[in-house]
Amino acid sequence: MVPRHWERTTMGWFEKKEAVKIPPTKALWQVCPRCKSYIPVAEWKANNAICPSCNYHGRLGARARIAQLADADSFQEVFREVSYSDHLDFHDATGAYKGKVEAVIAKSGEKESVVMGTATMGKIPVMLGVMDFAFMGGSLGTGTGERIARACEQAIAEKRPLIICCASGGARMHEGILSLMQMAKTSAAIGRLKAAGLPYISVLTDPTTGGVSASFAMLGDINITEPKALIGFAGRRVIENTIHQKLPPDFQSAEYLKAHGFIDKIVERKDLKPFIVKMLNYFGF
Amino acid sequence: MATKKTVLLTAMDRVKIARDPKRPHIYDFINFVCSDFEELHGDRLVNDDRGLVAGFGTIDAFKCLVLGHHKGATIEENMEANFGMAQPDGYRKAMRLAALAEKFHLPVVTFVDTPGAYPGDTAEARGQAEAIAKSLEFFSLLKTPVVVVITGEGGSGGALAIAVGDRILMMENAVYSVISPEGCAGILWRDGAKAPEAAEALKITAADLKRLGAIDEIIPEPAGGAQKNAKAAAAAVKKAVVKALAELVKEPIDKLVDGRYAKFRAMGNFYK
Repeated sequence: MVPRHWERTTMGWFEKKEAVKIPPTKALWQVCPRCKSYIPVAEWKANNAICPSCNYHGRLGARARIAQLADADSFQEVFREVSYSDHLDFHDATGAYKGKVEAVIAKSGEKESVVMGTATMGKIPVMLGVMDFAFMGGSLGTGTGERIARACEQAIAEKRPLIICCASGGARMHEGILSLMQMAKTSAAIGRLKAAGLPYISVLTDPTTGGVSASFAMLGDINITEPKALIGFAGRRVIENTIHQKLPPDFQSAEYLKAHGFIDKIVERKDLKPFIVKMLNYFGF
Repeated sequence: MATKKTVLLTAMDRVKIARDPKRPHIYDFINFVCSDFEELHGDRLVNDDRGLVAGFGTIDAFKCLVLGHHKGATIEENMEANFGMAQPDGYRKAMRLAALAEKFHLPVVTFVDTPGAYPGDTAEARGQAEAIAKSLEFFSLLKTPVVVVITGEGGSGGALAIAVGDRILMMENAVYSVISPEGCAGILWRDGAKAPEAAEALKITAADLKRLGAIDEIIPEPAGGAQKNAKAAAAAVKKAVVKALAELVKEPIDKLVDGRYAKFRAMGNFYK
């Protein structure tokens, strides 16, 4: 039996030896943010971050999503050399941008907020990009925009459909005006891809907001999302402060966006790949 | 002399000048720059947004579409126009009329002056994100010359939505930023009062933006700023716009559109 903490402290020296080291709960259990059930981490991961009891779709890292969408062993990463730029030598109250982003790179092994590559999906050659919210909030930096623009150009050259899974809080303000310009750059590149007769499928995952929703994320020939994902332009608090009213809980949800006509379909994560492949089949791929 | 004065202004000083209600607004520019103008209304979908005005007019020898954010000069106008924060309907009106300009081979001149796109529930319901995104794509492909003038506040995506063009001109005291200094300070400094620091760090003045390659040309303002002499300020704007139009209308249209793509494509490419 595991001794109670007061036993351990009051019993002092001789209990110490026998005290069982309890591993931190987080390593074993994932608590569902919605229904608060405890799910074994292994099961949570095996289930692609979906809660087995309430079907909550948790945030998925870029690599996990690529593993789910691309055919086995087909993903070949491209443009990995393209990374962030600290052309403003940006410092804020908590320190230097460079230090922060380097720490994220060291921890995640990723060098930008979108991972881009060629792959096959249902044997169809595609260009696949997946954003990772864990990388600086999935923010759109110059490197992110550059990877997406290059992906569009390569997709045009190789006649590949483009699929991007978006997850972002918006433009990366640490990179100033040039981060804003990535909205124009990516949208222009997407425009060229579409004009070249190639399909672009945008998967707006939780959350897709700000400058990313207001650029390439909303430009899909097909825009799809997952249940309950947060999608919007301005933040909830900003809007509430503007209109001096409380917003309903479902405001800016996937369901709200679909009801207002901006989303083609809400697709459960397990059905994403077959749905995308089916669309590409309709388009002659 | 003007240069000497320029150096002394901080980024936040410029923000204040750019927001000065006495600064010339869209209708002032239209009055001073156009010899004639006919405003047209509505997005043909749901609304006529007053935060963004558009119409056909004549600038020097050029018949063109003129459009821009409208902040309003009186409190009634401010309210009606949401202080220049355009609704999705405004951007859709801009696209509708720009398509018409393209059809009749008329260039487009845009005036940018907005705190940002309207952040309200109605804007979200009607797809603010989609409208801005579509506008960026649309103007990048538009087969007619586009001249952009940033006259006051270039507030983030709401500004950029009508700022994709072949020439990006910016008035000396205008600012153009990915986020307002107050917004940035609130997030990264956790204190909106640190806006002056954020303004400095974000590099939002015309000189900074020219150095970063985000704009092409700075339009000088009369001593003390455009708010002191709207007529002289507008004359300088007209001169710069006419010069840009004269150059752009000579270009073959495909070359022009490719050039516009190349211009934005090069922004923030540090891995050539």
